[in-house]
Amino acid sequence: MENKLIISPSPHIHGGDSISKNMYGVLIALVPVFLVSLYYFGLGALIVTAVSVLSCVLFEYLIQRFVLKKEPSVGDGSAILTGVLLAFNLPSNLPVWIIIIGSLAAIGIGKMSFGGLGNNIFNPALAGRVFLLISFPAQMTTWPLPGKLPMDYIDSVTGATTLSMINEGVARLPSFADMLLGNMGGSLGEVSAAALLLGFAYLLVRRIITWHIPVAIIVTVFALTGIMYLIDPLSYADPVVHLLSGGLLLGAIFMATDYVTSPMSRDGMIVYGVGIGLLTSVIRLFGSYPEGVSFAILIMNALTPIINTYFKPKHFGGR
Amino acid sequence: MILIAIITLGGIGIISSGLLYLASRKFEVYENPLIAQVQEILPAANCGGCGYPGCAGFADACVNAPSLEDLLCPVGGAAVMSRVAGILGKDTAGADPKIAVVRCNGNCEARPHVNQYDGAGNCAIASSLYGGETGCSYGCLGYGDCAAACTFGAIIINSSTGLPEVIEDKCTSCGACVKACPKNIIELRKKGPKSRRIFVSCVNRDKGGVARKSCSNACIGCNKCEKECKFEAITITDNLAYISSQKCRLCRKCTAVCPTNAIHELNFAPRKETSLEDSPKTDEKTNQKNI
Amino acid sequence: MLKTFRIGGIHPPGNKLSAGKKITSIPVPRQVIIPLGQHIGAPAQAVVKKGDQVKAGTLLGESGGFVSANIHSSVSGKVNKIDNAVDASGYKRPAIYIDAEGDEWEDTIDRSETLVRECSISSQEIIDKIAQAGIVGLGGATFPTQVKLTPPAGLRPEILIINGVECEPYLTSDHSLMIEKGEQVLTGVTILMKAISVDKAVIGIENNKPDAIIHLKDLAKRYTGIEITPLKVQYPQGGEKQLIDAVVRRQVKSGALPISVGAVVHNVGTAYAVYEAVQKNKPLIERVVTVTGKGVANPSNFMVRIGTPVRDLIEAAGGMSENTGKIIGGGPMMGKALTSADIPVTKGSSGILVFSKEESLRKPVHNCIRCAKCVQVCPMGLNPTLLMNATEFANWELAEKNYIVDCIECGSCSFTCPACRPLLDYIRSGKGKVMGIIRARKS
Repeated sequence: MENKLIISPSPHIHGGDSISKNMYGVLIALVPVFLVSLYYFGLGALIVTAVSVLSCVLFEYLIQRFVLKKEPSVGDGSAILTGVLLAFNLPSNLPVWIIIIGSLAAIGIGKMSFGGLGNNIFNPALAGRVFLLISFPAQMTTWPLPGKLPMDYIDSVTGATTLSMINEGVARLPSFADMLLGNMGGSLGEVSAAALLLGFAYLLVRRIITWHIPVAIIVTVFALTGIMYLIDPLSYADPVVHLLSGGLLLGAIFMATDYVTSPMSRDGMIVYGVGIGLLTSVIRLFGSYPEGVSFAILIMNALTPIINTYFKPKHFGGR
Repeated sequence: MILIAIITLGGIGIISSGLLYLASRKFEVYENPLIAQVQEILPAANCGGCGYPGCAGFADACVNAPSLEDLLCPVGGAAVMSRVAGILGKDTAGADPKIAVVRCNGNCEARPHVNQYDGAGNCAIASSLYGGETGCSYGCLGYGDCAAACTFGAIIINSSTGLPEVIEDKCTSCGACVKACPKNIIELRKKGPKSRRIFVSCVNRDKGGVARKSCSNACIGCNKCEKECKFEAITITDNLAYISSQKCRLCRKCTAVCPTNAIHELNFAPRKETSLEDSPKTDEKTNQKNI
Repeated sequence: MLKTFRIGGIHPPGNKLSAGKKITSIPVPRQVIIPLGQHIGAPAQAVVKKGDQVKAGTLLGESGGFVSANIHSSVSGKVNKIDNAVDASGYKRPAIYIDAEGDEWEDTIDRSETLVRECSISSQEIIDKIAQAGIVGLGGATFPTQVKLTPPAGLRPEILIINGVECEPYLTSDHSLMIEKGEQVLTGVTILMKAISVDKAVIGIENNKPDAIIHLKDLAKRYTGIEITPLKVQYPQGGEKQLIDAVVRRQVKSGALPISVGAVVHNVGTAYAVYEAVQKNKPLIERVVTVTGKGVANPSNFMVRIGTPVRDLIEAAGGMSENTGKIIGGGPMMGKALTSADIPVTKGSSGILVFSKEESLRKPVHNCIRCAKCVQVCPMGLNPTLLMNATEFANWELAEKNYIVDCIECGSCSFTCPACRPLLDYIRSGKGKVMGIIRARKS
């Protein structure tokens, strides 16, 4: 016998896709968002993002190495992505120690306590963010105002976000152009609709995600807030304002589409997206919190298993 | 104010208790109380080794069967069965305790690898694909479906031989490994006196030359053991010897004549190398006593 | 818009290295090993014994049941022995060894190259001749052709669909047949149409073979009722149900046969074999085999006698390199890895693919990240990751409820999985198990 022939079941070729390719793909899609936040929030954006990414990667490594006692897999990029997404959901003047606590909550509670990547029920970055929002409501809801490459961090000038203005009934909102570009107060990654949509386009072209979830969310929010606006334009904001402000686009494009915590079939994705849109609109229009995307996504995360049970992929030849 | 609260709460309480009473009467399921008693005694391993779905199913079968002759809890063994018999006032059969034996001894040295498997590490998958990494298409694949199936941790893959090993103290002869093995290598055999047993550790049905070429420890169907056996315990079918555990008297003569060491004996005293002729006789005597 | 099937699908790189290579014959080997079970169903019963003299085309084994096929000698010579031989299944199974002497053929076989278009025998006679010749589905499934031509009572075929898709990467045997034996293939199609009494046939060809589409469209003008349909490239379009969906927009229901939507599907290679059997009296004793892969020097299309060891084919294509890691019988998506180069070519061998060591090994497996890419590509609309888990945890009820038996084992899920999980390995195993459970319940 010349040499040992390798035997394996078919298929004998692989498409070359990998977990890390998908994770780094999402990171590339987030680059424009990061650049915009650097421009408006300057040093603060850089510090928050760097601290969040580093502590997420470190916690993932430590937990895998010493608690779960298995080969650490920080190279696959999922911890980096969690770190970036967490940072993008935080105000840019958040103290370092709070960010580290948030990272620990995201990786430790949101991800590793379920068994690591693939087993978590909730989006880790959102779990971290909501943990912080409940624990440190004051710090989490004072947002610095945008500047031009500002070099201040903790002591930056703060102000309200568009949504909290609406909630409190402030009449003068930022212009659509400012909202599109991101020239308004808010979390790091949520301000610029244009940059987020650019990322969305990239994700679709690379086939990292499908259009179903983001479109379902956006359409639902637009429709519901639109109806309320038509009923009473004085008490409710323009639906376009709802789309362009707050974490809606960031949530719809980057958080709700998290592979692990979203449904698998096309129908399920639509149902999940509509659910998030519905909950977001309800919280925004009638709730006491100005923003509801994080809660909406987490609630729908919890419903994902049941959606998977009832919304199966379309079977060849029908049932 | 207080009166309204008392009346309301009291009313709700009375109505709910009435409903609960009616519901429990309407949906009551009668279960023979003996079933619960039997289930208490059973080991609650729910291994399914008895052939029933879990211990509850077995308890039900015990209560409803006319006699306990065909029923055995392999985990609890005779001790548990006699207690069950005591509760139910039925006779129990004195079933011989059994144990799993692995009938393949093609370790890495004996069975050179001719292919390299690169699929999912699972015997069922590998066996549906091909005969195995070695020339022997009957032998153990070594991916441990048996070890995974064992709920008692009684069977593990030995990393140096690549073969499963049964840990005698832990094996409850539930038969899960027998069902899990796609090659039908594992057999439940009579445990034997002092846990001594002799069996052919091979299931290769190829012709002698072919079998030997693929594995130096293979049974080649040479008939030597069959001729040697005085108790007609050994039969050869399709180039493979089989020792009946009912007929075998543990005389160890077959082990001595096997040219490929395919016949294994377990838990015997070491053989005296010098007097091969004598030792089997003495053994025979001692074993007669044991039986 | 070109037609294609409507659910799932992937686009693996084509790698048709041997495209455009002429079909060449390779020398008759010194010994052929002809397995008795080369088809789905019962193995054939040997009708020769050791020492018998046979010619090319002599019957060696008779069909062993309703779903079975005849086996013929592919060379002239002497039966050396009837013994077990390892075949593509990876197990030893009965086979007839024949030592070749000269190359003498049975007198009834017309070996001339002349094209015979007229076929005046009845449909039953055609089916009998096909059964005699031992023809099976040559696309790789090896289902006996005469069985497919005899529809169950009460169902009437409306259309014959000919599979010229060849969606497996690397393989070009059907492509080369369509180019070089176009007339014979079309005559074969006409004969098949007559056998099942339909007046319409569609040959589906993927758009990556424009020369074959143009050539056959040109020839088809002289044949009545044959239409050539170009299809958008997408794997697994060659799957029977997928092809029907692509060509006539009808989806065969779970557990039903293609005839339930009025379609009968045959492969281009089968049509050619039918031509040779009916018009030339030639049993199925040779076929076109693509020998390809980056592991061989000259990827080629060979006309090969059944029973030739794979080693001879690889030698003829420039030899096996030191670095050979894997030899695959069939294409890279659905082919079987062979345990040695001594395994013979059988009726179902559409290709021999040689991979280098680097290409052969799988990548490490990670946790499922539930990205649902397997769900998106599954052409049967199944949930592969769910089915794999069901199999892993032996939850046969869940697997059955989620249609594990509908899996066509195309491998799109494993191909796509970013976590490199062995989805199909488990699903295939679970499918077998669930089918066994269903059979046991029925009986």
